[in-house]
Amino acid sequence: MINRKTAFIKRFFQDFYLVLIVVFLYAPIATMTVLSFNNSKSRTQWGGFTTRWYTELFSSSTIMDALYTTLLIAFVSSLIAVIIGTAAAIAINSMKPFPRSLLMGITNIPMLNADIVTGISLMLAFIAFGISLGFKTILIAHITFNIPYVILSVMPKLKQTDKSTYEAAMDLGATSVSAFFKVVFPDILPGVLSGFLLAFTMSLDDFIITHFTKGAGINTLSTLIYSEVRRGIKPSMYALSTIIFLTVLVLLLITNFAPKRKK
Amino acid sequence: MNKKLLSGPYLMWMIGFILIPLALIVFYGLTDKSGAFTLSNVLSISTEEHAKALWLSLGLSLLSTVLCLVLAYPLAMILRTRGMGQGSFIVFIFILPMWMNFLLRTLAWQTLLEKNGVINGILSALHLPNQGLINTPGAIILGMVYNFLPFMVLPIYNVLMKIDDNVVNAARDLGANSLQVLIRILLPLSIPGIVSGITMVFVPALTTFVISNILGGSKILLIGNVIEQEFTKGSNWNLGSGLSLVLMIFILISMALIAKYDKNGEGTVL
Repeated sequence: MINRKTAFIKRFFQDFYLVLIVVFLYAPIATMTVLSFNNSKSRTQWGGFTTRWYTELFSSSTIMDALYTTLLIAFVSSLIAVIIGTAAAIAINSMKPFPRSLLMGITNIPMLNADIVTGISLMLAFIAFGISLGFKTILIAHITFNIPYVILSVMPKLKQTDKSTYEAAMDLGATSVSAFFKVVFPDILPGVLSGFLLAFTMSLDDFIITHFTKGAGINTLSTLIYSEVRRGIKPSMYALSTIIFLTVLVLLLITNFAPKRKK
Repeated sequence: MNKKLLSGPYLMWMIGFILIPLALIVFYGLTDKSGAFTLSNVLSISTEEHAKALWLSLGLSLLSTVLCLVLAYPLAMILRTRGMGQGSFIVFIFILPMWMNFLLRTLAWQTLLEKNGVINGILSALHLPNQGLINTPGAIILGMVYNFLPFMVLPIYNVLMKIDDNVVNAARDLGANSLQVLIRILLPLSIPGIVSGITMVFVPALTTFVISNILGGSKILLIGNVIEQEFTKGSNWNLGSGLSLVLMIFILISMALIAKYDKNGEGTVL
């Protein structure tokens, strides 16, 4: 009897704690969602339901331009990072322990280093190389911090693949390129895809490195939000936040809970 | 075909955009405007203004890291005892905010904490006195904990889930109570996750300039703000690089800790 009671109390406190953390994590996001539909500009008064902040958001060419830049950079940088990163992972996987750990060490630098240092160092380099800051430099910076995520996603899959299937394909007369694309690539494809998605999200979310490498006259969503925040928050930012949250929610639900093919 | 050739583009990229840029920071940090060697940029950390910013950053980020750990460990433990697997929806709920835009998350707290913000609105509706919440060190800590909590939860949770239930059951069979199981079994086995979580919270918290800018106003300067201003407003790149070198010492210490306690990368998020 006592045991059941303590188990019940224990469970109650555990649930209570989980709920408390969920409230802490989601209250700010929920507040912004509510405010995005508030007809009054005040944050404390409900002025009735409206969707005008959403209309304002979609008719603002600055925000739409920034959105376009953000998505374009995220897509192109992840794509290039996937190509360079996958090739590198294959090479690193076939290396001897010393060069392998050396290369993995370099790979870890941008992941462990502080973003502000990475951002500053890239800015200094672009100026030293004579590349003017703008779209190009943001793209290069994003590719740079995306490559490690691709390598770290592809590596475990490469380790799982059986070397002999590749060799068998070669023995049966396949060229190394076709053996790779017909035998190895299907095996590592899940890692390549998750590397792409991870890189894409990292690029979408980045502010600090973009802030230092963007130059004047170009904005991603993050840098635009930053400059808006300093001028005082407009309700259209709440609308933007709600849309981004829903997009992230849907994307993650699909990637996490989509029915997986069983082997 | 030699597979090693495939690493060519990657190597060139990493040398050009990781190693050379870092070398440039070292170069700028150790020279003055005319290019002559000097230690004054690095040593300027000891001037009153910079030292104050560094100590404040260290204090706030350490406190935030401890708070994250204290909040995250029980959470990860509960998720483990409930047997919530990697794919569980409950776990997903705790990780989801991590993917939300970082600036928007901080912006949300500005909305809540501001003078005419939501919290003060609720307080005055209850006829309670308004509080000066924004532009305080407390607001910065709140912002740090909120932003980086999932980075602490995830590695600890990952490590805890890998611990074999039989190990815990064996300890129980041998007479250990819950506290002993926690201290003697779970804590030691989850050290890789804890260390990884600590660095994943501490490094961004120590070097942030965004959170302090949005939630701390212009009066509270962290070391990140000082460096950022040298590059965007002051344009004394040598000084900014010198201070970055000081910051990198702390980052290197964190990297060394990870290398020591998380050799197999058990605590990494991926």
